[in-house]
Amino acid sequence: MHDDLNWAIGGEAGDGIASTGKIFAQALSRAGRHVFTSKDFASRIRGGYTAYKVRTSVDQVQSVVDRLDILIALTERTVDENLDELHADSIIIYDGDRTEFADFESPAEVTGLDIPLKDLAEDAGGAIMRNIVALGAVCAVADFPIENLDESLEKRFSGKGEQIIENNKQAARLGAEYVAEEFEDVTLPYELETTDEDYVLLNGDEAIGMGAIAAGCRFYAGYPITPATDVMEYLTGRIEQFGGHVVQAEDELAAINLALGAARAGARSMTATSGPGIDLMSETFGLVATSETPLVIANVMRSGPSTGMPTKQEQGDLNMMLKGGHGEIPRFVVAPTSVAECFHKTVEAFNLAEKYQLPVYVTADLSMAVTERTYPPEEFDMDAVEIERGKLVDEDEISAWQNDTEQFRPHADTADGISPRAVPGTEGGVHMSTGLEHDELGRRTEDTDVRVDQVDKRYRKVDTAREREQFDYREFGDSDADNLVVSWGSNEGTIVEALEYLDGDDDPDIRVVSVPYIYPRPDLTDEVEAADDVVVVEANATGQFADVIEHDVLERVTRINNYTGVDFKADELAAEITESLA
Amino acid sequence: MSSENVRFTDFKSDKQPTWCPGCGDFGTMNGMMKALAETGNSPDDTFVVAGIGCSGKIGTYMRSYALHGVHGRALPVGTGVKLANPDLEVMVAGGDGDGYSIGAGHFIHAVRRNVDITYVVMDNRIYGLTKGQASPTSRSDFETSTSPDGPKQPPVNPLALAMAAGGSFIAQSFSSDALRHQEIVQEAIEHDGFSLVNTFSPCVTFNDVDTYDYFRDSLVDLSEDDDYDRHDYDQAKDAILDAGKEYLGVLYQDEDSTPYSEAHGVTENMAELPDGAPDGATDLVREFY
Repeated sequence: MHDDLNWAIGGEAGDGIASTGKIFAQALSRAGRHVFTSKDFASRIRGGYTAYKVRTSVDQVQSVVDRLDILIALTERTVDENLDELHADSIIIYDGDRTEFADFESPAEVTGLDIPLKDLAEDAGGAIMRNIVALGAVCAVADFPIENLDESLEKRFSGKGEQIIENNKQAARLGAEYVAEEFEDVTLPYELETTDEDYVLLNGDEAIGMGAIAAGCRFYAGYPITPATDVMEYLTGRIEQFGGHVVQAEDELAAINLALGAARAGARSMTATSGPGIDLMSETFGLVATSETPLVIANVMRSGPSTGMPTKQEQGDLNMMLKGGHGEIPRFVVAPTSVAECFHKTVEAFNLAEKYQLPVYVTADLSMAVTERTYPPEEFDMDAVEIERGKLVDEDEISAWQNDTEQFRPHADTADGISPRAVPGTEGGVHMSTGLEHDELGRRTEDTDVRVDQVDKRYRKVDTAREREQFDYREFGDSDADNLVVSWGSNEGTIVEALEYLDGDDDPDIRVVSVPYIYPRPDLTDEVEAADDVVVVEANATGQFADVIEHDVLERVTRINNYTGVDFKADELAAEITESLA
Repeated sequence: MSSENVRFTDFKSDKQPTWCPGCGDFGTMNGMMKALAETGNSPDDTFVVAGIGCSGKIGTYMRSYALHGVHGRALPVGTGVKLANPDLEVMVAGGDGDGYSIGAGHFIHAVRRNVDITYVVMDNRIYGLTKGQASPTSRSDFETSTSPDGPKQPPVNPLALAMAAGGSFIAQSFSSDALRHQEIVQEAIEHDGFSLVNTFSPCVTFNDVDTYDYFRDSLVDLSEDDDYDRHDYDQAKDAILDAGKEYLGVLYQDEDSTPYSEAHGVTENMAELPDGAPDGATDLVREFY
C-alpha cells in the first residue's frame, strides 16, 4: 500500500466540482496532512467534463501520479476519463439512482459503491448537497474522522447562515453512516491518519498575489484571462486593506499602461496575464524598459499559440518573454519552481524591478497557478520580507543628479548603469522620459554616441545585477552524478518525485538542476560540460530552455554589432572583420 | 517650488518646438501652460502624458514630470499616474489619431471611469507627422494621399462619444482663440472628474480645409449664448449632435458626478513604502488555514 492517497471528484462543469474538491482539500490540510491538488477543466461554464484531484500524504507531496484510489463520479464519463488510473483497490462512489448510471457497471476489480447521494442530500435539507454526502461517504471509506470536514464546511458556507452549515454537516454524516451500514462487508483498505501539524493551503496565483502585497505592491491593473485571473481576484478586496487598488482594464493594452503610469508615479505596480495578453502587452513592454520603469508582469502561461488550449498546461512563452518586442532591451525573467516560490520570487521581482529599474517577468504556468499545495505557515514569513527600492532619490539628494542647468538626469550614464530615480512631486526632480531613444535628460536624440551610450548603459544594469545578486539554481538528487537533468518552472516537484522512481540499482544516477532565474541566469557551462548526458525537461514542443542552455555553452562566434542607427560602411566593416579575425 | 510664485513660463522647457511655423499646437500648449499656472500648479506636482504624433512632442516642450508614451495609450498611463498619486495634477495630451483612432477604445473607458484628469486633444483633422493622411476626424470628402477621393465615411464625433460614455466635462476650444482656450482648459483642470477638451489645432502644412479661417468663421462660442445651459443634458446633446455647427466652449458639465477616487476610495499617494511587508500581512497567511 502506498503512503499517499489519490482522490478525485468529477462531473460536468457547474456540478460544484471545484468547491467540493476545495472543501475536502482544506479538511485534509486542517487535519495535518499534506495536499497537492490538480484540476481538469475546460473553457466552458456548464457541461463537458471537469475534475478536481487531491493527492494527500502525511509527507510532502508535490506532483500528481498516474493512480487514482477513490473517485466520486457524478457522471459516467468521469469513470471513462479516469479508467487508466483506476486499479484493483480503487473505489468509485456514484449515485445509481441517476438515470445515466442505470446500466452502469464498475470496471472489473474496481469496487463501486452505489450510494443514493441525492436522496440522502434531500433528507439533510436539499439535493444541492449531494457532493457533501459523497464527501461524508469518503470519510467513512478512508477512515477519516468526519469532524475534520466540519471546519472546512464552516469556512465554505460562512456567509450562508448557521442552518446551511448544519445541513451540510448533517449531509456529510448521512453519507458516512450509509457507507458504514450498507457496505459493512466491503474491504476498504484506506486510512487517512491525522497529525498535529497546521498547514496552509494555497495555489500559485494566490501566492503571487500575496507576494505582491507583502512586497508593497499598491497598484494592480489587469484584464481577466485564464489562468491568471486568480491573481486579480485574490488582490481585489485585499490590496485595498493595504492602501492599494485594483483596476480592471478594458484590455491588456490598457492594463500595462495603467500599471506603467502608476509605476511612473512611484507606486510598486504590477499586472498579470497569460500568453495572449503578453502579446498585447509587448507593444508597451519596450517603453517600460527603455523609460527604465520598474514594473512586475506576472505571466501565467497556458497552452498556445493563439487561443490554443486555454485551460491546459504549457511552458511555451519563454522565447516571448526573453526576446519579445521589437528592438533590443534588457528585461529580467524569474520563474518560480513551486507554489511557495511564487510568493518568494514575486517579492524578489519587485525588489529587482526597482533596483535595476526595468520590467521583471514572474512566470508561472497553468498547473502551478491552479495547483493548491500545503505548506507550514512559516514558509511565508512576512518578517523576512525586505523592501529594497534602489536608487530612489529624495529632495536632499536631487542636486547631485542635476546637470549644470539644474535639470535632473533620469537616465544618467553611471558606472553601474543604474540612474537615479525621482518620483513626481519631488522638488527639483522634474524630468520626462520617452520611448524614443533619449539622452540623460530623457529627451529625444538621434546622436549616435548618445544612442550607443544609452544602449550600453541599459545592458550594463544586467552586468551589475550579475555581480550583486545571487542568481542560483536549486539542486536535487546526487550532486556527483554523471547525468544532469535541467528544469525550469513547475516541473521541479514532479522531477524530485520522479527521482524516487529512479532509485533502483540499474537506474541512472542523476543530478537535478532546477533553474528559477531565466534572465539573468546562472551559468551552467561547468555543470553541462561535467555531465555525460544532459536532459532538459520542459512542457513545450521545441525545448525553448534547452536552446538557451545550448546557446550559453556554445562559444564559436565572434560578433560584430552596429546599433548606432547608421549603416555599416564597407571600408570600416572590412577593417573590423580583419581585426576580429586577427 | 511654491505654487504661488509659479509663472506659466516655468512650464516651458528649454527645448525649441519643431512644429511648423504657424502650427496650432503652439497656441494649444501655451493655453495649457497658462491654465496650469493659473490654477496654482507647479511643474514639480504636474504630470503630463503625451501620445505619438506632432502633438506628442508637447511633453518635451513643456516642463513638468512627463512621459511620452506609446501611440494611443496616453490615457491609461495618465489614469495610472493619477490613481497612484492623487496629489499630482495630471494632464494628458495627444492628437485626434492618438485619441480617436488607435486609442479610441481607451478614450471611452477613460471617460466612463471619470478619473480626475484633463485630456486635451489637439485635433487638426489630419495625420501631420506622417505627412498628410486622413484622420478619424477628417471630413468624408477630404482628399489625402491615402484617400484620394476622401475617406468616404463620416468623421468621428468625439464629443458625442464622450457623452455616450457618460462624460462629466465635455468641451471644445480653438488654439487661436488664446483667451477662451486657456479659460476652458482652466475649467477642465478645476472640474472634479474626467475632462475632455477637444482643441482645434490647425495643421498649416497638410490641411487646407480645416484652417484658421474656417474655424474663426464657423465656431459658435456658447459662452455668448445666454440661453445655453451647460448643465442641461438635452440641450448639450442637441448641440453635440448638431452636424451643421461647430461649437466652442463647455458643452456639458455634470458637477455632481462622482469622480473615480471618491467611488473607489483611492485617495492616498502610493509611492511611500515601509522597509518590510506592510502591517497585517501575516493575516494574509492565516487566511489559507
